[in-house]
Amino acid sequence: MTVEAPDRPAPTPPRGGGSRSYRGRERPAGGFELWSWLFMRVSGIVLLVLAVGHILIMHVIDEGVDRVDFGFVAARWGSPFWRSWDWALLVLALIHGVNGLRIVVQDYVRWAGLRFAVNMFFYVVGFGLFVLGTVVVFTFDPSEWPPTA
Amino acid sequence: MAKRTSDVGTLYKGSPGQWSWLAHRITGVAVILFLFAHVVDTAVVGWGPEAYDRVVAVYHNWVVKVLELGLVAAVLYHAINGVKIMVFDFWPLSTRHMRTLSLASTGLFLLSMLPITWIMGTSILETAGVL
Repeated sequence: MTVEAPDRPAPTPPRGGGSRSYRGRERPAGGFELWSWLFMRVSGIVLLVLAVGHILIMHVIDEGVDRVDFGFVAARWGSPFWRSWDWALLVLALIHGVNGLRIVVQDYVRWAGLRFAVNMFFYVVGFGLFVLGTVVVFTFDPSEWPPTA
Repeated sequence: MAKRTSDVGTLYKGSPGQWSWLAHRITGVAVILFLFAHVVDTAVVGWGPEAYDRVVAVYHNWVVKVLELGLVAAVLYHAINGVKIMVFDFWPLSTRHMRTLSLASTGLFLLSMLPITWIMGTSILETAGVL
């Protein structure tokens, strides 16, 4: 990688929130985009615990995904704590992710009609998965399948 | 495509932020696309042990486990770089130390990937029958 930008102050000297010459996206001035900007950061902080914790528990420690099967999920979701964790992760990750896709689509899909269609596709998929995930997290009852059956 | 030079460097902004911006974007899109599939595969648990265990067996394949390592790396990179973005956003003066903070966050990511790659890599090799 070239080192063409040494650590020198931005050409526009920082006045107030003067990081604009370095960052790709400025903080929006107001309205929906400001709330979206804030949501990404607040949900990001929460997902730092929920998503990174989930990843470490399910994929790294203690045999990782090898130990995951129906019995594992049944035992895990026996606890309301993990059901709540997983549901919160589902909701926040879906909104954070779909909103992220919206921002990416805004940058690359330039024709308004197609942009609307692509965004709608992700909103519908996101909402559908929110409903599916919510129903499963809260209605799952392992006693419907007794181990001896 | 011809490179355009701005007063901070080449193409876009040419600073480390350009690369972390791109990596943040790629890891973010990768994770949400995986999440779409992951909600569906987890939902299968509502159809009983036979169905769920068949689906989750996919994750026990060593090739899929390599992708899984990539997923863990993507989430971790996105998380650590996200913290860096928030530091810049909420303490704008910290952008004066952008190179240092970029090095620190990249270093933290690589450092945390060391034990994870060891643990998951061992599991991959065991599953593949190499170990």
